[in-house]
Amino acid sequence: MMKIFQQSFKSLALVLLVFLPTSIFALNEGGDGGQVDTKNEVDAYIQHHIQDSHDFSLFSYTNDEGERKHFGFPLPVIVWSSEGLRTFMSSEFHHNDDGHVIVEKDGVKFAKIHSKIYELDANASAVSFDADHHATNGHKVLDLSITKSVIGVLFIGLLMLFSFSKLAKQYKTKKIPTGFGRVLEPLVLYVRDEIARPNVGEKHYRRFTGYLLTVFFFIWFLNLLGLTPFGFNVTGQLAVTACLAIFTLIIYTVSGNKDYWMHILWMPGVPVLIRPVLAIIELAGALIIKPFSLLVRLFANISAGHIVVMSLIAIMYNLRESFGIVGSTSLALVLSFFITLIEVLVAFLQAYIFTMLSALFIGMAVAEHDHEHEHDDHGHEVPDAQDVRGDFI
Amino acid sequence: MDKLINDFSPGLFVVQTILLLLLILLMVKFAWKPILNSLNEREEGIQGALDAAEKAKREMANLQADNQKLLQEARLERETMLKEARELKSKMIADAEAEAKTQANKMIAQAQEAITSEKKAAMAELKSNVAGLSLEIAEKVVRNELSDKNKQLKLVEEMLGEATLN
Repeated sequence: MMKIFQQSFKSLALVLLVFLPTSIFALNEGGDGGQVDTKNEVDAYIQHHIQDSHDFSLFSYTNDEGERKHFGFPLPVIVWSSEGLRTFMSSEFHHNDDGHVIVEKDGVKFAKIHSKIYELDANASAVSFDADHHATNGHKVLDLSITKSVIGVLFIGLLMLFSFSKLAKQYKTKKIPTGFGRVLEPLVLYVRDEIARPNVGEKHYRRFTGYLLTVFFFIWFLNLLGLTPFGFNVTGQLAVTACLAIFTLIIYTVSGNKDYWMHILWMPGVPVLIRPVLAIIELAGALIIKPFSLLVRLFANISAGHIVVMSLIAIMYNLRESFGIVGSTSLALVLSFFITLIEVLVAFLQAYIFTMLSALFIGMAVAEHDHEHEHDDHGHEVPDAQDVRGDFI
Repeated sequence: MDKLINDFSPGLFVVQTILLLLLILLMVKFAWKPILNSLNEREEGIQGALDAAEKAKREMANLQADNQKLLQEARLERETMLKEARELKSKMIADAEAEAKTQANKMIAQAQEAITSEKKAAMAELKSNVAGLSLEIAEKVVRNELSDKNKQLKLVEEMLGEATLN
């Protein structure tokens, strides 16, 4: 038991070692984004946090001279503009997020507005906005930057590779893993035996367990990373959850067997006239609704969690007038502490649900209906359109 | 909805797709395959050991049952042997008794026969002896009686007296 603690402590220390030295140096830049005090500022701050970011900022404060200081480190910006690929460091925007700072790279002008990089038209020198605060003389570019989310994905990916390949190596010398591997092994067994095996089916689960395991740990670890004070919100990015959902979509669409397509396109056991109508519904369900439910569920749960935690922390400022500093601070601490506990549960739950539903969808696509259609008293086939539906309501 | 679409970053989607694909491939190759293979191996090993133990247990039970059967058979055999011996013993005794009885009966019969013949012989002898003796006594008495005249007269008188009485 002690050994496991020591091991995890070592891992934690490793994480801190990776992050601390880079974050120590201060980015002494001007820029806006002052104190967060009023309700609107809190809202804006939360909105800003929910979005992906081009810098890795840990904290910022205003010093005695009224100067805004940011602690963190810049990340590379890689954009595909109309003139081709352009790369520069995000520090060139000087933490500006409303399009006032223009960066010019090899004849292409860029501005950052609400965490999005815009390419300005060739003759423009400043961003002009319309009434709805949309840029009128620029357009978004394909932004392949190493953003904060990408850093999170890379970090978790490396962590997973490191820890699980270490576990894999342990099996070469001993039957039962030691140290941190003893924590990981039951998790792997859990995903295999409780998610993959019962939902995909005994016959086919081996082919998909690798994907399901990867997705489960990827989502779970990223959800947990979102709860750390580093301020990651990777699984709360639509692009990330959409990517995960589309992977599941591709896997179950590609591996679907004849039976599966038969039940989608030409449902047996229902009147022939209804079959085309059902086919449309089934196709929409398989290709749009299923992946959409996956991506929205994960995105909404994690984003909502972040918003709730940050709003509860904001009680500290919002209720300072009515409760005093001590009252509002302790209220915010207690509430955000308990909601964070719930978020730890949600982090696991969402990873579980995503993986479980992915396994279920794959299971529906590869299931073998070796049963004959049941017949009722009059010798008609009993439709089995409902037979799998009940499993996942 | 508009905001959600606006927030969707195609660039991040592309990067995430590449990274996730890479991660899945690397994890499958370096982690999941060896881990799941070793886990399966271990489970099969455990299952094998359990099966072997079960088999050994069954064999043991079979062996024990065999032993029990053998023991039962031996016991049964002993029982029958004892029974047979007992029967033989009683039969022998009965036979001996019967033979002894017939022998004894025969001997008794023979003895009785001998006794009767001896008795007959003794009786015959006794008869002849008694007859001789009687004749001798009668001769002597008659001789004695007829030697004296008086006595002869007296006898005649006695005989006459008897005759008158009649």
